[in-house]
Amino acid sequence: MKKIKNDGSFYVNPYLGGVILGTVLLLSFYISGRGLGASGAVKNTIAATVNVVAPQHVEKSAYYSQFAGGDKRPMNNWLVYEVLGVLAGAFISGIIFNRLKLKVEHSPKITSRRRLVFALLGGLIFGFGSQLARGCTSGAALSGMAVLSLGGYITMVAIFGTAFIAAWIFRKNWT
Amino acid sequence: MIGPIISSGIVSQAWDNIFALILGMGFGFALESSGFSSSRKIIGTFFGYDFVVVKVFFTAAIVASVGLLYLSYFGLLDFSLLYIQPTFLTSAIVGGIIMGIGFAMGGFCPGTSLAASAVGRIDGMVFFGGMFIGVFLFSESFPLFENMYYSGSLGAKMINTTLGISPELFTFFLVLAAMGMFFGAAWVQKKVKKVEY
Repeated sequence: MKKIKNDGSFYVNPYLGGVILGTVLLLSFYISGRGLGASGAVKNTIAATVNVVAPQHVEKSAYYSQFAGGDKRPMNNWLVYEVLGVLAGAFISGIIFNRLKLKVEHSPKITSRRRLVFALLGGLIFGFGSQLARGCTSGAALSGMAVLSLGGYITMVAIFGTAFIAAWIFRKNWT
Repeated sequence: MIGPIISSGIVSQAWDNIFALILGMGFGFALESSGFSSSRKIIGTFFGYDFVVVKVFFTAAIVASVGLLYLSYFGLLDFSLLYIQPTFLTSAIVGGIIMGIGFAMGGFCPGTSLAASAVGRIDGMVFFGGMFIGVFLFSESFPLFENMYYSGSLGAKMINTTLGISPELFTFFLVLAAMGMFFGAAWVQKKVKKVEY
């Protein structure tokens, strides 16, 4: 079940990991009637912050006003609590499997600096795309697929299909 | 208890955010323990040296899909109360393409970057920080993308309806496709040179 890695840390078998993830997703639908997500919490945090700094701007914006302003409470949101749980759950796993360590993970062929520049740009682009597609790999693709949403399948194919091609373009960063 | 237990009022709405926190912990634990806190492990899928993403992602998708069908079949879940993401064709495709580029550059998706941040991966934290900039830029430039955002609206469309088959038959094909991918992944991984990470 466990595989010993070079750094002495352990990963659970990926199929077992998938069963755990799928079961959590199933419970999420059974309990709260919705799937898991991640990018939505970032969106709500941004909307809440802008609402504090410039409430009139939120009122006028066709985007922010969907999530903040008026009597909406963007930080008292299911996804915000769920994302806090993700941090806690991953931290617990990091303790159990002895992986807590402050470091920049990168291919030996590139510098940490290059890795971080690409991580920043990648996050920026991913964040942008997640808003256009109304969700990311978890909220749109995985949760959408579980309830057989057409959009979920389309987004999943678009993400992975593009990433396969783009990974080759950026292969110097990885292999 | 017929689920979803919160939407149907069996359990008070006040519990919803507490369950969100607990479910999130399960989500984070599943991601990190499977190895999704490592960008090089995730990206391995695209070069054939580590298929953890394919294995975990599709196992989770079939477990949840099959589970929902069974719960619904045994009358334990009211499928009509579940939130099904509405489909907007153009933005689903274009947004997905943009996310794919970000994925290949950054090595994470939003959920996995959180898992990586939680165990101290600085690249994960920077990716997560980058997301805030990206979400802010989209929100501020929304008028430019508003038409695209709403175009190709199909409502809460299900894929089996589009294909003209039952949900059960579609899920059966999904399981077959996942099995095919798992065997294919094992076969490719044997052929590809190992990468140390």
